[in-house]
Amino acid sequence: MNNLLIWPVILPLIAGLLFILLRNHIRLQRVISVVVLGVVAGITIAIMNQISVNGIQTLQLGGWQAPFGIGLVADMFSMLLVLTTSIIAFCCVIFSFRTIGKERERHYFYSLFLFLITGVNGSFMTGDLFNLYVFFEVLLLASYVLVSLGGTKIQLRETMKYVIINVLSSAFFLVGIAYIYSITGTLNLAHISVRISEAGQDGFITTIAILFLLVFGIKAGLFLFYWLPGSYSAPPTAVSALFAALLTKVGIYAIIRMYTLVFYHEPQITHLLLGILAALTMILGGIGAVAYSDINKILTYNVIIGAGFILAGIAAFTENGALGSIYYLIHDMIVKALIFLIGGVIVYLTGTTNLKEMSGLIRNHPYLGWMFFIGSLSLIGIPPLSGFIGKVFVTRGTFEAGYYWLGFIGLIASLMILYSVMKIFMNAFWGETVLSEEEEKGTTKGVMVPIALLTALTIALGIGPEIINSYVETAVEGLMNPQIYIDAVFGGNEIP
Amino acid sequence: METLIAIVIGILFSIGTYLILSNQMLRIILGLSLISHGINLMIMVMGGLKTGGPPLLSETFQSFTDAIPQALILTAIVINFAVTAFLLVLSYRTYKKHGTDDMNQLRGHEHE
Repeated sequence: MNNLLIWPVILPLIAGLLFILLRNHIRLQRVISVVVLGVVAGITIAIMNQISVNGIQTLQLGGWQAPFGIGLVADMFSMLLVLTTSIIAFCCVIFSFRTIGKERERHYFYSLFLFLITGVNGSFMTGDLFNLYVFFEVLLLASYVLVSLGGTKIQLRETMKYVIINVLSSAFFLVGIAYIYSITGTLNLAHISVRISEAGQDGFITTIAILFLLVFGIKAGLFLFYWLPGSYSAPPTAVSALFAALLTKVGIYAIIRMYTLVFYHEPQITHLLLGILAALTMILGGIGAVAYSDINKILTYNVIIGAGFILAGIAAFTENGALGSIYYLIHDMIVKALIFLIGGVIVYLTGTTNLKEMSGLIRNHPYLGWMFFIGSLSLIGIPPLSGFIGKVFVTRGTFEAGYYWLGFIGLIASLMILYSVMKIFMNAFWGETVLSEEEEKGTTKGVMVPIALLTALTIALGIGPEIINSYVETAVEGLMNPQIYIDAVFGGNEIP
Repeated sequence: METLIAIVIGILFSIGTYLILSNQMLRIILGLSLISHGINLMIMVMGGLKTGGPPLLSETFQSFTDAIPQALILTAIVINFAVTAFLLVLSYRTYKKHGTDDMNQLRGHEHE
């Protein structure tokens, strides 16, 4: 029992509710949201240190012991993601001060922002399958409103598609939950894992595993990603950066959790399918990223390639693959937020998303240009930036598992990323300067701080991975040995 | 009883799928709504259907009804209600703004 665990979930929720009452005090809302996200990051670091000393921490809400109560479980993997989430949300909220506009701020933008963070943190920390569904819905409802807030034509149109596909995938999530409940008679993730390993994973359970892969795959942008490029390029930059960094990653987290804790008995079926889907995702995402000359579209297709690459490491299901996946997941969250924010600034400056209509921004905005360059090198995985270590371990993991094709496709996808981001860099920053500073549609005033923070983070993670290495190794140990998670949840109680 | 409900769920799912495959926004929303009703029924069946069993364990009663699926359905209904309400408002706004409720005309163009 550790009461600290409730804060990352409940603190944004309380603040978000408070903002509804403080509708006209926008300055106060800004200050409180920054403080809340900072405090959540601090608490998360405290919990991480407790985990590395005392093992996985749990909180059985209301004192009902597992498996009867609904509990929060903080293992190292989820806390690393909660920490990254808070840092990215911190940067995005600072970015939104200047760019989001008075109208959206007055229409509960910060409330919705924090509700989204509540849902994301809750999904990472819950230890109950149905509770995972509830937190998914919390974050999805907040995201529906955030995509449509502003009510322009494109936003409304894309929100319709986004909502419909997500309602459908949530419906299938419930179908999966119903099947799991009828077979195992429990919803606690650790308890499901125990029951399945006792009874064996037969064909029916494997089918349910594939159903869950479908559900989370839709949310993660894995293979069934056709809704993603449209709805991620419709909202304003601060929102689309947050979505690119967080929302697909929640789906990826759910896949990793289910496939390492619950459905790990038949990897030659389920994990092979995951690998095939990851490979197809990388190929199709790569083709999309290369084909378009619209900056938003290129960046959203890069989100899809990232999702495929992270899951390639899990599909390999070796220690190195999992290590690479976690490193790459953290890196991907940071660098996607970074590159989306810079992409948004480019669009603000030039007033267009078409690459062919922009040129030579580096003369007036050298810092922006070089930070984009660093971000894109990190995205490709050039040492010493943060993408390198993840890519090495994922590739090594796939080779160890014998999935050579998967590793090769991952590397080819890197080349496609290289081509697509260099296209942005050369078109937007190189060449003749067509816009003088007076002609620009926006300014970079006040938006450089979060971008610089994220750039510093990606460099720091690349140069000094030792800082988080011990945490990541603990996380991998927990993922590869489900028994550690189960023991922590039941805490020595008899498992019924 | 379970077989009968299973058939009902199947019918709800097929009608829902048919409606989702149409072009009109309102039909799609109704289809999604029907599918979620089908799923609610399904969760109930998965807990096992019994007559006369109280949802409590005691020494005198031999049979008892599983109360968890009902709690799950309650939560699912509330969430589904909120999402459907949002979806209806959204579709109305989209219809007003675009002047059409045909999803085929909401594909989006390359240049806008």
